[in-house]
Amino acid sequence: MNLLVIAYKSIRQRALASFLTCLSVSLGVMLMVIVLSGFAIVEKNFSQNSINYDLIVGPKGSSLQLILNTVYRIGDPVGNLPYRFYRELQDDPRIKEAVPLTMGDVTEQGGFKIVGTTSRYFELGYAPDRSFKLVPGSKRFGTSFDAIIGSQVAFTNGWGIGSKLKLVHGGEESDHVHDEEFTVVGVLAPTGTANDKTVFVNLEGFYLIAGHEKPISEAVKQEKEFFGNNSLTPEEIAQLEQEEREEAEALASGEHNHAHHHHETPEIKKDLTGIFVQTHKPIQAALLEGQSRRGYRAQFVNPIRPISQLMTNIIGNIQKVMFVMTCLIIVVSGVGIFVSIYNSMSDRRKEIAIMRALGARRQTVFSIILAESVLLCLTGGVLGILMGHGLIYMGAPYIERAAGILVDPLTIEPLEFILFPVLMLLATLVGFIPGMTAYRTDVADALAA
Amino acid sequence: MSLTLQNIQKSYREPSGQKLPVLDIPEYQLADGEQAVLLGSSGGGKTTLLNVISGITAPDSGSVIINGTDITKLHEVGRDRFRAAKIGFVFQTFNLLPAFTAVENVMLGSSFASQPMNRHQATELLKSVELGHRLDHKPGQMSVGEQQRVAVARALANRPVLLLADEPTANVDPGNQDSILNLIRSACEEHNISLLLVTHAPEVAQQFDRVDEISQFNKVAASA
Repeated sequence: MNLLVIAYKSIRQRALASFLTCLSVSLGVMLMVIVLSGFAIVEKNFSQNSINYDLIVGPKGSSLQLILNTVYRIGDPVGNLPYRFYRELQDDPRIKEAVPLTMGDVTEQGGFKIVGTTSRYFELGYAPDRSFKLVPGSKRFGTSFDAIIGSQVAFTNGWGIGSKLKLVHGGEESDHVHDEEFTVVGVLAPTGTANDKTVFVNLEGFYLIAGHEKPISEAVKQEKEFFGNNSLTPEEIAQLEQEEREEAEALASGEHNHAHHHHETPEIKKDLTGIFVQTHKPIQAALLEGQSRRGYRAQFVNPIRPISQLMTNIIGNIQKVMFVMTCLIIVVSGVGIFVSIYNSMSDRRKEIAIMRALGARRQTVFSIILAESVLLCLTGGVLGILMGHGLIYMGAPYIERAAGILVDPLTIEPLEFILFPVLMLLATLVGFIPGMTAYRTDVADALAA
Repeated sequence: MSLTLQNIQKSYREPSGQKLPVLDIPEYQLADGEQAVLLGSSGGGKTTLLNVISGITAPDSGSVIINGTDITKLHEVGRDRFRAAKIGFVFQTFNLLPAFTAVENVMLGSSFASQPMNRHQATELLKSVELGHRLDHKPGQMSVGEQQRVAVARALANRPVLLLADEPTANVDPGNQDSILNLIRSACEEHNISLLLVTHAPEVAQQFDRVDEISQFNKVAASA
């Protein structure tokens, strides 16, 4: 019968006290696992590897909001950019690729964010050296009302190729459901990025939805404010105003149905939420970013910097505080083990003396007490890790929905691996004094008692 | 000779600081396989003597030679090893560990020796003391007589050369006293184990051929 078995028997003898001390360790470790994994998940979601573009272009405003909205699909758009600006960027020799995005609507079912874009978005990949993969049977955008959905959308809504979907205007709080129906033509393989919880629709189709075209008067005003001039002549503007009036009258009389009558949207009436940009050289991205800070029209934002600042300045500090707190919880649990074992020592004097009388050395009884402490700590540690990951696994769907971030339930932080040596050290520390009590037990006295 | 005591002296220090002599034994011997009773009243130093013989307590002076080894020359760790390998102990209050089953208590008896007993061997030993039906019972689930049988089996688990029994029948009901004594004696006889049994009960002592009054060889007890 080895020492561990003897230690285990002693633990079982004090089942309730052992269970409670073990539980306190496991709760501490569980909290630590949740904190470590939680922050790892956040970090992974917002890491620089999650986007394949040098710059995100958007209207002036919060750079963080622009990145969160366009890249991570969290929160509301900052505002709109004229479509003409996108065409100008396409012609800029410094820019290799420019991909337009327009956002604002969500799916009727599940409330997933809608992104209007072009097929180029899928051709360029979602992260450096990572290309989009479509499940078999998928196609790229063919017609205006085609949609490609992320893996999480497909899983949650039970959608596949051929599924139909409708858009809710202006976000989840709105109750206006657009009449236009999109058809799923492609399903993306999981990417581990926000793309998984996004529904991509053909940009052209997005503009064809009733209400998505900007009224001509407003469009003309915005274009002039943005560029300082208008791309259209007064005659062309008058012509567009006339068409707009006729369409409004037709709608009012019920003769016109957007769902069945599609036409080319004039460029001036098109808006964009953001433009994803790849430059030929990194220096060009830096120059464009600096140049945009001095201008007033749009902001060019490095997608890493605002998130990195957020992580360092706020989330990093929160992580440190929570890490220290969970460390303290584990230390307190360790003190609990110490109290439990130490209190039991007076009851166990005779037990220790019997073992000594049977030939156990002082070091042996010391080791048995230490083994009890280690067993309690390690069992608590293993339980805590299982409970922590179990909770993350069970909570992943809710976290994804509530916080809008993707949760990999199997996320394991490297720091978790040092938990066991740390717990061993803690067990040794808290088991030392009770172990010494056992070591010093006077056998003759204890047997006579 | 299985056991030889030479010039053993042992005293304790009282709270007042004065020395209280307990043992002063010029010589005592027990032959291989011999069975003897140490008879004496409480406070005569019987338990202290057993502790000295087993190496639990070191004497102030003198030699304790068991099977040719003077254990007083050994360090504490050496005495522990020697005890684990060569000495069996049966206590008055059985001293079984409550968290362990009968078979585990028996296995524990040899756990600290160089050749621990496995479960099968412990089971056979318990069967030999007629406890084959109580293998997985814990002490609290057994009668007093059964507990002492387990204690006897545990004392035999390390195949000792010397068995020390401290009032082994004192807590056993009269109906079981003889059977416990017979069990201890027959086991020692079978395995050629020397037996030194301490008791204050003349009815126990009269069953043995050799009865040593502690006052006969312990000068401290004689002068009390």
